[in-house]
Amino acid sequence: MSIYLNKDSKIIVQGMTGGMGSKHTTLMLDAGSNIVGGVNARKAGTTVELGGQELPVFGSVKEAMTETGADVSVVFVPPAFTKDACVEAIDAGIGLLVVITEGVPVQDTAEVWAYLDGPTNLGGTRMIGPNCPGIITPGESLAGITPHTIAGKGPVGLVSKSGTLTYQMMYELKDHGFTTAIGIGGDPIIGTTHIDALAAFEADPETKAIVMIGEIGGDAEERAAAYIKDHVTKPVVGYVAGFTAPEGKTMGHAGAIVSGSSGTAQAKKEALEAVGVKVGKTPSETAALMREILSS
Amino acid sequence: MEYQAKELFAKHGVTTTLGIVVTTPEEARAAAEELGFCVVKAQVKAGGRGKAGGVKLAKTPDEAFEHASNILGMEIKGLRVNRVLITPATPPQEEYYFSFLLDRANRRYLCIASVEGGVEIEEVAKTNPDAVKQIPINPGTGVDAEKAREIATEAKFPEAVFEQAVTMIEALYRVFTEEDATLVEVNPLARLEGDKLEALDGKVSLDDNASEVRHPDHEQFVIKDETDPLEAKAKEKGLNYVKLDGQVGIIGNGAGLVMSTLDVVAYAGEAHGGVKPANFLDIGGGANAQVMADGLDVILHDAQVKSVFVNVFGGITACDEVANGIKGALEILGDEASKPLVVRLDGNNVAEGRRILDELDHPLVTQVPTMDGAADKAAELAQK
Repeated sequence: MSIYLNKDSKIIVQGMTGGMGSKHTTLMLDAGSNIVGGVNARKAGTTVELGGQELPVFGSVKEAMTETGADVSVVFVPPAFTKDACVEAIDAGIGLLVVITEGVPVQDTAEVWAYLDGPTNLGGTRMIGPNCPGIITPGESLAGITPHTIAGKGPVGLVSKSGTLTYQMMYELKDHGFTTAIGIGGDPIIGTTHIDALAAFEADPETKAIVMIGEIGGDAEERAAAYIKDHVTKPVVGYVAGFTAPEGKTMGHAGAIVSGSSGTAQAKKEALEAVGVKVGKTPSETAALMREILSS
Repeated sequence: MEYQAKELFAKHGVTTTLGIVVTTPEEARAAAEELGFCVVKAQVKAGGRGKAGGVKLAKTPDEAFEHASNILGMEIKGLRVNRVLITPATPPQEEYYFSFLLDRANRRYLCIASVEGGVEIEEVAKTNPDAVKQIPINPGTGVDAEKAREIATEAKFPEAVFEQAVTMIEALYRVFTEEDATLVEVNPLARLEGDKLEALDGKVSLDDNASEVRHPDHEQFVIKDETDPLEAKAKEKGLNYVKLDGQVGIIGNGAGLVMSTLDVVAYAGEAHGGVKPANFLDIGGGANAQVMADGLDVILHDAQVKSVFVNVFGGITACDEVANGIKGALEILGDEASKPLVVRLDGNNVAEGRRILDELDHPLVTQVPTMDGAADKAAELAQK
C-alpha cells in the first residue's frame, strides 16, 4: 500500500515538452511511472520520444484524460502560467495535481486554493505543492523529481517541506525503505499539508512509522502537532530546520521566514515534543531515532 | 519603507501625502521651508520609529535641520537611518488601524481593522480584542464595493468618514492585489480636521516571486546603499544568499538542506569557541563549476569567514558533477581561493565524486563523509 500514488496511477505531464518537463518525464519513466502523455496546446497531436517511449501530446488536460484515463498530472510549466495550468486541471477533474514549479506568485496559489476549496472543485482534486519535489511510492510510481534510486520500498512514511532534506532522509533510512515519500513544498500556501499526509499515513496499513520534516515559517508544524495528539497512533519522528535563521530573512523557500517571534524552529520543536514526537537535532540523529523505533 | 508605501498608495488612489524624502539636514531645512509646520520621520524598514526617537515635529526650518541632524545616522533596531521623510504636520482627530494581509494558516487573505487606536494597535488587541476586527477575504472573490462596505460596517467606521473609508478600502485592496503584496498596512489611518480620512503612515510587503514574474518596476524599491554588499553581489550572480554573522562559510544544495547545515554547524561550533555559520547559500540543483565558483567567490570575500563547508547531497545532480564543479571552481579562482574547504558529498554517484577530489589532492580541500563530521571539521578550522 501507499498514499495518493501507486502502480496503477496514470500520469500526464503539463509542460512535458519544456526543458525541465522532458528531463524529468524521462526520469519518471526510469522510475517505473506509467506516463501516458503530455499537455501543450501549441503541440497538440504530435508525439515526443522520451526514455525510449513515444508519448502523445494533447491539447488540454480534459482531452488527455478522456483519451488515456489519466488520474494524475505533474506540472512543470513556468511560474507565470502555473495558475492557469492548475485551474485547467481542476476543471478537468484530475485526481492528483502535483505542482513542481518554483517561484509561483503567492496570490496565484491563494486563488488556486480558493478554487480547490470551493464548489468549483468538481472532481475532488488534491494538489501537492507548488515548489515541491512531488511524491514517490518506491518501486511503483514517481510523480515529481525525487531520485528513485535513493531508497526502495519499506515501512516508513515521509512528509517534508524540503526536497533535499527528503532525499537526505531517504538516504539515511535506505536500508528500511518507504511506503511513500511526499514533499509538500516550502511556499507560504500549499495544497497538501503535513496534516493531510499524516492522516493518510495513519490510514495506510503498510506504513508503520512516520518521519515529518518541517522548517521555519508559519505554524503548520504546530498544527500538525495538535493533530498528532488527537489522531495519530503510529510513532512519529520529527526534524525541524532553521534554528539559526535570523528574524525577517527569507531562507531560500518563499515561506521560510521567522516573523517577529512566530515561526521559529524552537517553537515547532517544542510543540512536537509536547505531544510525544521525538525530534532529532540533526538529520542523522533523526534517522537514528527512527531506527530505534523500527528495531524495537 | 514608509515613503515607498505611500508612493504605492498614491498610485492606486489611496488618500495620502507623499512629503519630501531627504538625505541631509540642509535638504530637510529646504523641505520645511516649503511645507511649513512639519514632521521629520526616519525611513527604515522597522516598526517603533517614534519610540526610538526617529519621529519629531518641527515648527521651523531650523528645527527640521536640527532633528534631521540627530535622526540621520542613528540606528533603529540595528538599521542605520540614511533618509528622512519630511511631511506636513497634520494632527489627527482620531486614529484608526487598517490592513490586508496573506493569512498563511487559513490559505486566504485577512483584513484587520480597528477604529480604536491606530499606532497602539497591539495594545488594543491585548486590552480590548473585540475592538480589533478580523475579516476573512476569499482570494477568489476579493473585495468589491459591496465587500468594502461590509468591512467598513463591521469595523464601525464613523458616519462622517464612512463613505471615504469604503473608497479607501477598495483602493487599498487594489494596492494589495495589483502590486502582489503580502501585507498592506495603514497605521495610523487618520481622521484629520474637516473629517478628512488620510493614510498618515503605511507599510507594504511585496511578494518576491510575483515581482520576479510580473512586476519589473518593483526593482526601483530596492535601495542599493541599504543592501549588504555581499548580498548585492550574490544577487547579481543569481545566487540565493543571505549574509549572517559568523565564521564558517556555507554552500549547499536545496533550501532545507542548507538551513539544516547552518544548524549543524552552529551545534558543532559550540565545541569550537562558539563559531557560527557565516551565511546561507543555496546553489540549487545544477552545481556546475561556474555556479560553484560564483558561490565561493562571494563567500571568500566575506572578511569574517575562516573556513568554508560545502555540503552537497547528490539527488538529481550526481556527486561526480559536483566534484568536477569544485575542481573547476578552484581552477577559476586560482589564488583567490585562500581559505580551507571542507567538503561533504553524499548520494548519487558518491564514490566517483569522492575519488575525483581525492585525486585532485588540493591543499585547501578536506573531505569528510558525514554531514555532522564535516560540520565539526569546518568549525574546528574556523576557530584557528
